Amino acid sequence: MIKIARLFLALVLVFLYLPIIVMAAMGFNASPLYALPFDFTTHWYQELAGNGRLIEAGWNSIWLAVLTAMIATALGTLAALALWRRTFRGRAILRILLLPPIAIPWLITGTAMLVFFFWTGIGRGLHAMLIGHVALAIPYVVLVVGTGLQTLRADLEEAAMSLGSTPIHAFFRVTLPLLLPSIVGAALFAFAVSLDQFVISYFLSVPGMTTLPVEIYSAIRKGFTPEINAISTILLVASMIVILGFARFARPGGIGERS
Amino acid sequence: MSGVDVTAVAKSYGATRVLTDITQAFQSGTFTSLLGPSGSGKTTLLRIIAGFVAPDEGTVRIAGADVTGIPVHARNIGMVFQSYALFPHMSVAANVGFGLGRRGIRGKAAKAQVDEALEMVRLPGFGGRYPRQLSGGQQQRVALARAIVIRPDVLLLDEPLSALDRRLRQEMQVELLRIQRESGLTTIFVTHDQEEALTLSDKVAILDRGRIVQTGRPAEVYERPRTRFAAEFLGDANFLTGKVRGNAVEIAGATIATDDSLPADGTTVTLAVRPEKIAIRPADAAGSGAVENSLPARVSSVIYTGTALTYMLRSGDLHLKVFAQNSDGSPLAAGSAVVLSWAARHSVMVEG
Repeated sequence: MIKIARLFLALVLVFLYLPIIVMAAMGFNASPLYALPFDFTTHWYQELAGNGRLIEAGWNSIWLAVLTAMIATALGTLAALALWRRTFRGRAILRILLLPPIAIPWLITGTAMLVFFFWTGIGRGLHAMLIGHVALAIPYVVLVVGTGLQTLRADLEEAAMSLGSTPIHAFFRVTLPLLLPSIVGAALFAFAVSLDQFVISYFLSVPGMTTLPVEIYSAIRKGFTPEINAISTILLVASMIVILGFARFARPGGIGERS
Repeated sequence: MSGVDVTAVAKSYGATRVLTDITQAFQSGTFTSLLGPSGSGKTTLLRIIAGFVAPDEGTVRIAGADVTGIPVHARNIGMVFQSYALFPHMSVAANVGFGLGRRGIRGKAAKAQVDEALEMVRLPGFGGRYPRQLSGGQQQRVALARAIVIRPDVLLLDEPLSALDRRLRQEMQVELLRIQRESGLTTIFVTHDQEEALTLSDKVAILDRGRIVQTGRPAEVYERPRTRFAAEFLGDANFLTGKVRGNAVEIAGATIATDDSLPADGTTVTLAVRPEKIAIRPADAAGSGAVENSLPARVSSVIYTGTALTYMLRSGDLHLKVFAQNSDGSPLAAGSAVVLSWAARHSVMVEG
């Protein structure tokens, strides 16, 4: 059994990482047609340096993802606290309403947002994309932080209060430090949701003001060049560093509490 | 001086009445158990005293001051939770020192008090560890140290021993009693474990469906239960229901004597008799003759537990239970004809 499971895991890793490794390698291959033998070059990276559109789109993507992560995490954490730690009328319905947006195809959400933003005068552009990305990311944040809250015993805050903490002091000294791994995890989720987002960004972008996935898509339609491999590799390495750094810092899985 | 006074407290959640007209004085320095089944309102009462729940009616006074409208953090209480609720991200010393910090005691003075508290719960030198490195019993002690180090006006314990295994629980009962006596703290202890309540308490208050049905010293409540519920919940009891005739009660043809004063002839009453108060002997053996009640019966089954025997018996339509010491090593067989006897003072009239 364990042997089969190991083989299975190995296959999963191969199919996940091999295409990425090939892509990264081809960014250093001289042939634009992925032809072998492998001929090392940094030519495509030099080309990329001169490709203002691609670089600008890359920065747009990163800024959008960072802002989305910050805003969605802040709002989503507050929402999770309300939904799991307070009782109020309509709480159950609100909790259920959080789930469908995750399952609704982005194509539909994107169309709906486009129509809505047009109708309300918000229009298109980076600001519209930011609103769209934040709205998309919030349910993920609420779910991740909410799950963290559920594993966190409510009586810890009560214990702090019995020892003289005001509710606010108890939150900052007890709940927040224990919830931090979940919050960081949620922020990463939000960051990834935004960075990955294509459909909604495509609908809400204006020419010349777009994100990397949209720019890559239009570049591919015009003709593929390994410059795309190059910028993808840079982005990949950057986000891997961010994620691994956070994972190390936040120790996902939480602080081991003996049960 | 009074430790905690609860006066006319009532609490409902929606249409459900959880507590009805609770009035109870908890004397300073005493150990009181709130005993009742789940849903009896005992935990709600504890949480009202702590300040986590606001009563709909009534007042709570701690050390003479009315605290009904005062939030938890401004009441000087110490509480031990069922799950201990230790802060997992803080060391044992930081856990114990938490309440001191809130009271402005820091640095050397705090450390001295933390050490003293850890000494009291017999965990000296454990300050640098983390809760996850401790066993259940040790976590329990830390929780206790954290609650007593702040010298609270009242120590509230919410079923703190229920998560421990039997042996550890008995050990902790002894510890808890020692710590309570040494610290002299007014202590209120919520439990559904009758043995625990009897062993630990100066006073027991029995709760049934949101009311305190009886309160008193453990022996008082055990020997003279006032209601059928109290008799059944604290210990075991045989209930004999019949009609009053003179100063005895007629039950299924037999006449049962009691020392309690009975109502008028013809009234239906229930007598409770503890199973260990009944002596059992074979029908052909001679009785001592000194006891007022004797009842012929037949053994239906015997439960053998080594040190003790439990006889299940029938006498006419009555089903009875008798606890006996296994003193001669040969229990009476099922089907044997026996005579049960007990003193009139052990027939206790109960309500309901």
